Amino acid sequence: MPESNIKIEVKDLNLIFGKNKKEALSLLANGETKSKILQKTGATVGVNNASLEIYEGEIFVIMGLSGSGKSSLLRCLNLLNNPTSGDIIFHGRSISKMNQNELREVRRTGMSMVFQKFGLLPHRTVADNIAFGLELQGVNKEERLDKAHKSIENVGLQGFENKLPSELSGGMQQRVGLARALANDPEILLMDEAFSALDPLIKAEMQNELLDLQEKLKKTIVFITHDLDEAIKLGDRIAIMKDGIIEQVGIAEEILTSPATPYVKAFVEKVDRKSVISAETLMFKNMEVAHIKKDGPQSIMRKMRQKGLSSLPVVNEKQEFIGFIRLRNVLKVTKDSSLNLSDFVETNVASVYSHFTVEEMLPLIADTHFSLAVVAEDSGKLLGIVTQTSLIIEATKYNSEEIELLQEEAQEI
Amino acid sequence: MEQRIFNIGSSVEKAVMWLTEHFGPVFDVIKDNGNGLIEGFENLLLFFPFYVVIALLIAVAWYKGGKGVAFMTGAGLLFIYGMGFWTETMQTLALVLISTIVALIIAVPLGILSAKYRNLERWIRPMLDLMQTMPAFVYLIPAVLFFSIGKLPGAFATIIFAMPPAVRLTSLGIKEVSPEVVEAAKSFGATPMQVLLKVELPLAKNSLLAGVNQTIMMSLSMVVIAGMIAAGGLGEKVLEGINNLDIGLGFESGLSVVILAIILDRITQSFGATKKK
Ligand SMILES: Nc1ncnc2c1ncn2[C@@H]1O[C@H](COP(=O)(O)OP(=O)(O)OP(=O)(O)O)[C@@H](O)[C@H]1O
Ligand SMILES: [Mg+2]
Repeated sequence: MPESNIKIEVKDLNLIFGKNKKEALSLLANGETKSKILQKTGATVGVNNASLEIYEGEIFVIMGLSGSGKSSLLRCLNLLNNPTSGDIIFHGRSISKMNQNELREVRRTGMSMVFQKFGLLPHRTVADNIAFGLELQGVNKEERLDKAHKSIENVGLQGFENKLPSELSGGMQQRVGLARALANDPEILLMDEAFSALDPLIKAEMQNELLDLQEKLKKTIVFITHDLDEAIKLGDRIAIMKDGIIEQVGIAEEILTSPATPYVKAFVEKVDRKSVISAETLMFKNMEVAHIKKDGPQSIMRKMRQKGLSSLPVVNEKQEFIGFIRLRNVLKVTKDSSLNLSDFVETNVASVYSHFTVEEMLPLIADTHFSLAVVAEDSGKLLGIVTQTSLIIEATKYNSEEIELLQEEAQEI
Repeated sequence: MEQRIFNIGSSVEKAVMWLTEHFGPVFDVIKDNGNGLIEGFENLLLFFPFYVVIALLIAVAWYKGGKGVAFMTGAGLLFIYGMGFWTETMQTLALVLISTIVALIIAVPLGILSAKYRNLERWIRPMLDLMQTMPAFVYLIPAVLFFSIGKLPGAFATIIFAMPPAVRLTSLGIKEVSPEVVEAAKSFGATPMQVLLKVELPLAKNSLLAGVNQTIMMSLSMVVIAGMIAAGGLGEKVLEGINNLDIGLGFESGLSVVILAIILDRITQSFGATKKK
């Protein structure tokens, strides 16, 4: 993602609820914890010194447990919460310094919000709900219903225009919520646990649709969730919050593979890593390689013997991956000089790209004895290999010794 | 009377006297215009033949409440006409409607404000309690002192007596609007006025209508009491029945009040119900 296109920037943001804000703020600056501050001053820390950059066109997920300050932070972005200190920069301007008119303008055209409990107007039809934002801007009826209609099509609500929200299921109501936000054609969508109130199946469906929509519309989306799986599925980048503090920001894989704090580590332990961890993370880059033109059988055999390997990946002179070769076949060639090494390269093997996940790679090892070769998508060059053992470790959580033990036991049986 | 330690009554009396003394001309203006308004409305109701008024009310009842309410309205009014209380009933109706309208004009904004500003609510609440629990007759005294006797002081006492439930129910209705919906409106850039008109008031509609209904009912009960200060209408007939121990007159005029009450109640209630689908 190009870092130059920062859509919204959060700078040293603090949000404190209750009285004694000043006192709480200075305690916060001295590094006191949220619970200490509550004890001492009675004030609740909502957000603690948060700094973020949200890039144009990304889905930025803020996640954390209940009470961690996700909503508090999100609601600062459109000033539903007034930050106690710090800045939010949007189009080069500080949102908290805007006057009421400017702020309304930002809310009308800059950012639209989708709510966990939908927040629809129960006395208005679906179409009128969706056109509500435009109505507030004084857009005339014809034009706003026209725009609403486009939005209705985007979320697949055709045929429901004249129903009341109470006549719709939760999933459908949230489509209305989403369509209402999209009807304003905002630059940023703020979604506060937008799918948390939905059944798991509907939730998955909505997540997919959001991803499809995003493909088409390329909005900047700030999405809140307490569900790590949802965060991983939707988020281009994820911020993890605890007690109002942003513990870590990064792409899903970074957070899973190198958690910045013990809290994040504990948090991500439960997650199903198979769908996140990629070949990129698992592969060995400095593996031995057989160069089909350069290396003779003797030198290949030496490489294998040194490392105790029974096969090697083979590349051509352009470093492109062409297959694997087995030790016993190399041996054959060394003994019988009439044989040609390149005839023994097994080319009918699986190779993967670096973004392949464990989940996608596991099925590929079912009918091969080799490691998986990771190749570059554009050039076909060999980047590294993912061994079967490392895949199994990733998938089962057994470490390599445990796996050896299991293998021994299995052989005894 | 027993020995008293302090005397609130006399301070209230002094305050009322001070007001009559200094604002006498103001009260006179109010009185003249108010009386004109009430009588004008009375005359309008009585200008049409009774069957036109009945037909009109049946039409409203039918449109909003359906057959049952329409039938009851027609039957009840014809019954009143048959007993010979048409004129008095129209006088009472005029006074009730005018009082209700004025009461609502004051009460609804007050209710809205008290829903929005807790400090204001803290002041308004005990005053409403006081206004509602004070025996209704007591309001007649300042009414007479400010405006002497007649229809306007009757309306004045009625307005004060009938206002509290409308304030309370308006405030309650607005406070009950889901904060998430209000927040949603704000997040889409609604001005405070847009929030009020497009979100809060429509969503508080049922509570508001309950307030209107209560106000009408309380107005009616007060208007009867106001018969004691020559406000005219059914109240005066009831009073006449009491004074002369004329049980027949008392019963018939009382029955007319009951019928009018039922009709007004059903019609206003149907305003809230039909819109729900
Ligand atoms: N209006 C408020 N007044 C006082 N304290 C508040 C207010 N809103 C939130 N808080 C407190 O701020 C902290 C953060 O709350 P917030 O709602 O932002 O959490 P969250 O991460 O969104 O949680 P959830 O998943 O439950 O929505 C909590 O301790 C909460 O009690
Ligand atoms: Mg929240």
